[in-house]
Amino acid sequence: MIAIKDLTVKYQTKNEEILALDRLNINIGKGDIYTFIGPSGCGKSTFLYVLSGILQDYSGSVLIDGQIINPKSQRIGLILQNYGLLPWKTVYQNAMLGVKIKNQPPVEEYSNYIFRKLGIDNLLNRYPKELSGGQQQRVALARAFILKPDLLLMDEPFSALDAISREEMQELFLNIWKENNVTTIFITHSVDEALYLGRKIVVFSPSPGRILKVIDNPCFQLDNLRYRDEYYDMSMKLRKILDKG
Amino acid sequence: MLLKEKWQGALYSLVVVLILWQAVAWLLKLPIVPFPWAVCINIAEIFASKMEIHVLYSTGRVLAGIAIAMLLGIPLGFLMGYYEKVDKILSPLVYFTYPVPKLALLPIVMLLFGLGETSKLIMIVIIIIFQIIITARDAVKDIPPEIFRSLKSLGANKLQVFSEIILPASLAEVLTSIRLALGTAVSVLFFTETYGTEYGMGYFIMDAWLRVNYLDMYAGIVVLSFMGFCLFIAIDIAEKYLCSWR
Ligand SMILES: Nc1ncnc2c1ncn2[C@@H]1O[C@H](COP(=O)(O)OP(=O)(O)O)[C@@H](O)[C@H]1O
Ligand SMILES: [Mg+2]
Repeated sequence: MIAIKDLTVKYQTKNEEILALDRLNINIGKGDIYTFIGPSGCGKSTFLYVLSGILQDYSGSVLIDGQIINPKSQRIGLILQNYGLLPWKTVYQNAMLGVKIKNQPPVEEYSNYIFRKLGIDNLLNRYPKELSGGQQQRVALARAFILKPDLLLMDEPFSALDAISREEMQELFLNIWKENNVTTIFITHSVDEALYLGRKIVVFSPSPGRILKVIDNPCFQLDNLRYRDEYYDMSMKLRKILDKG
Repeated sequence: MLLKEKWQGALYSLVVVLILWQAVAWLLKLPIVPFPWAVCINIAEIFASKMEIHVLYSTGRVLAGIAIAMLLGIPLGFLMGYYEKVDKILSPLVYFTYPVPKLALLPIVMLLFGLGETSKLIMIVIIIIFQIIITARDAVKDIPPEIFRSLKSLGANKLQVFSEIILPASLAEVLTSIRLALGTAVSVLFFTETYGTEYGMGYFIMDAWLRVNYLDMYAGIVVLSFMGFCLFIAIDIAEKYLCSWR
């Protein structure tokens, strides 16, 4: 479980102090998937940087299973909007980077399964620049899942993709996620994505980021979601909360 | 550029140089401009007996100079690129000394370190190290923060950040800077070899000149140029091989 208490983050620039996150309080259950939605600049990325241990200058407390965040002892899968692949490594090397850094023995069987599942098993010797955006994001997904993370953090991972590959990736992601049930925080600014992927939806206020509302999402894992009334109702509801800010 | 095009380009320039040389020699008909083929035959005749040792000395000095400059310059550049504080302290020094014509330091270096090998190496190192430092620093600064983030979230230690990101990300640029500095390094090498040594292509060429042996002198110039060319190509190939991801 992730227990967040009074999490506040300030950025210090030359002239001013920017309040990015303002006293967040939330508990996130193990094996659950939360989507966080909010307008641009409200502090969503900042929130993930804290959880992934990149940003250590915060106040309040963030505990993962009772322990302070420490990427060295926890296995954190982080997927960023720009994929975060190393251009000088092949697809295979990139996908294996997590286990390499963690000094885990690579599990060939599982990684091959993930490669096949993500449809990148025939691209393993290519370099990132030889891939499309969608393919690069599949490699980033592969890296995260092969690590078998305790916590999966995703920062608008599909927003740079075109609409068709985005929906394809959402489905693929959910598919693999179900087999793992890893605790996941998925950042998005798309109402549709929040509804499709989140069992719970957390709505952020405009900057400085505060949690406006945590919603149980009745749409989660419904078939043909996008054609249903529940989907329509929930999107109206979410949009209203977002508009009021 | 494709490798084949590069070779064609090199061959083309060689042919042009030879034609011009031949033409000048033919027009002037003076002993100070011998014919290219005469020089080539001379190289074949004297290389093993008279030139080899000088080529070895010069190559050794350039390679040692490059190696020292890399060993000192790359880590320094990395530190400056990675740690803002180090950069703040050192970059004024680097920028202040950058525009000083390094060759002008030769007398000082020789006064301090004598006429021997040390000052020759120091001169080569001084000539290329600044380029390496600045290139390495800028290469590290240009790495997008996202790349560091994904490694940090995996709990990578400093050594892993260095070997997985910093080194591969900057290697190509550093090699390019060495390749570009090579021309200057060979010129300086030549210059320093005209003093305080009896070995090296600089000595060989100046000695031939003093002995009024123009064939030997030209042979020396051709071999020295060829040596520089080979180093240039070697770095180029290393770059292609190590940075095939680009
Ligand atoms: N390194 C930084 N220095 C100063 N301000 C920053 C920095 N990073 C982000 N901010 C500010 O913090 C706020 C939140 O940013 P961010 O977390 O990136 O928002 P989001 O991901 O929701 O778009 C924004 O107002 C942004 O301008
Ligand atoms: Mg963001």
